Amino acid sequence: MADIIAQDTQPQDSAAGAASAAGAERVPTVVADRVDIVYRVNGTGAGRGSATAALNRILRRKQSEKAAGVRRVHAVKCVSFTAYRGEAIGLIGTNGSGKSTLLKAVAGLLPVESGKIYTDGQPSLLGVNAALMNDLTGERNVYLGGLAMGMSREQIKERYQEIVDFSGINEKGDFITLPMRTYSSGMSARLRFSIAAAKDHDVLMIDEALATGDRSFQKRSEARIRELRKTAGTVFLVSHNNKSIRDTCDRVLWLERGELRMDGPTEDVLKEYEKFTGK
Amino acid sequence: MSQVLNTPPPTASSASPTGDAAALAARYGLTVSGARPSLPAYVRQLWERRHFITAFATAKLTAQYSQAKLGQVWQVMTPLLNAAVYYFIFGVLLGTKHGVPDFVPFLVTGVFIWTFTQSSIMAGTRAISGSLGLVRALHFPRAALPVSYAIQQLQQLLFSMAALVVILLCFGVPVSASWLLVVPVLTLQFLFNAGVAMVVARMGAKTPDIAQLMPFLLRTWMYVSGVMWSIAATVKNSHMPHWAEVALESNPAAVYIDLTRFALIDSFHAHQLPHHVWALAIGWALLAGVGGFIYFWKAEETYGRG
Repeated sequence: MADIIAQDTQPQDSAAGAASAAGAERVPTVVADRVDIVYRVNGTGAGRGSATAALNRILRRKQSEKAAGVRRVHAVKCVSFTAYRGEAIGLIGTNGSGKSTLLKAVAGLLPVESGKIYTDGQPSLLGVNAALMNDLTGERNVYLGGLAMGMSREQIKERYQEIVDFSGINEKGDFITLPMRTYSSGMSARLRFSIAAAKDHDVLMIDEALATGDRSFQKRSEARIRELRKTAGTVFLVSHNNKSIRDTCDRVLWLERGELRMDGPTEDVLKEYEKFTGK
Repeated sequence: MSQVLNTPPPTASSASPTGDAAALAARYGLTVSGARPSLPAYVRQLWERRHFITAFATAKLTAQYSQAKLGQVWQVMTPLLNAAVYYFIFGVLLGTKHGVPDFVPFLVTGVFIWTFTQSSIMAGTRAISGSLGLVRALHFPRAALPVSYAIQQLQQLLFSMAALVVILLCFGVPVSASWLLVVPVLTLQFLFNAGVAMVVARMGAKTPDIAQLMPFLLRTWMYVSGVMWSIAATVKNSHMPHWAEVALESNPAAVYIDLTRFALIDSFHAHQLPHHVWALAIGWALLAGVGGFIYFWKAEETYGRG
């Protein structure tokens, strides 16, 4: 099916047309050309448990991956699309359909198996979770996270108060000077989002799970995302919440089983998707 | 779910026609996402991230003992206890100290300097494979990780050095100007460690099994590096072939250990050092540092594949 998309020789057309005004030149920011992404998982094959099987695997290097006990998971299959400046694109699909994987590949964080992804500048995923350390105080994590995202010390110092205030960590006392392991899950999620959202991005990619924290924090983070959208050239949003897709996106890519099933204006795609999921 | 495979896409997609994608990308100056930068660009990026590298190292170091009651005191306690164990085994039980003046300072210097190399390499093997979450979430030159782990070990070593100074003074080793030689020696050793850490980081990223194998390799390396015994004294009294002597003496770990001993301990004389020892120290540092960096950079775009 994805082949059909790839071979489709129709000129750039209606699909994303709604996003930008006709006539004005549309500047592409992300071009994905028949992208395949394959995960390799070690140690799933039969016989893995026995030592001889493992030894066998090492000795016979040239055997097929399957025999070697390596399972290939074809997560994204031949996906092509072009995103333009000023677009907000939603990615939808059932669990495990390859949405997050595709985003990571666009961000250049996950190598593609075949195909090419061209981008304008460096797209970034919204999120710093992996850089933070639970044993450190919130304060040091703000610096660490900021540095990990490529901000300078001065920039972080400038925004430090803003980040802490936004997270609301200190509303209930001086928590920012306590190690993050002492935070409740809601509190640390708020701090993580606040750090991540402190930086401006060219191509911004947001992976669902923003619905953390209490109601007031959710409202604040939605507002912050809208702000980020204004400064960002192109926004990708992965979400299972059709309402937030409708609110933010003007174009939607629907991935199913790693294949691009549909690509078009939000309403059209969501209608089909809701029919598909039986909503 | 058969419809997933059978139904054609209901609307035309906006995917660019095959083949034109590259042209379109070229026209608007788009670059391949996740492509490996050129070597000079890579060095520049790494330099821009220097604050992250040091902050990450310090954070790891502080996080290490943050749950202990004594906290950062363990930074000094751990190397001291380590030295005590080795002293008990090799000094008291086995009596390796025969013929080595100032055996305790000799041994402790050896243990600390060796530990620096050993833990840098061990940390290096897991630098990428243990931080996949980080690699898959954020952009930065991946060499930042092994380098950062090597810096963490350097910081750890500075604590050990403070403990070492106390031990040296307790055992009556006089303070002398030659102590300053420790600075260039440790700088060279750091370069060497970081280089090797980058090599094993790349291997460990592809084959995590390296991390299982490494302790055995390192232990063998430790026993031939003269950490608890004097290479010079052994070589003098044995009839080993010349090449074996040369190999023992030019082993990089032995070179850095003996140079530090020479710098710190007054009874460790220059004639106990191999010939051209500074050339060896600089040579190993450059070979590992530059070679390791280039080797690591060559696979930059593949890190992150699980």
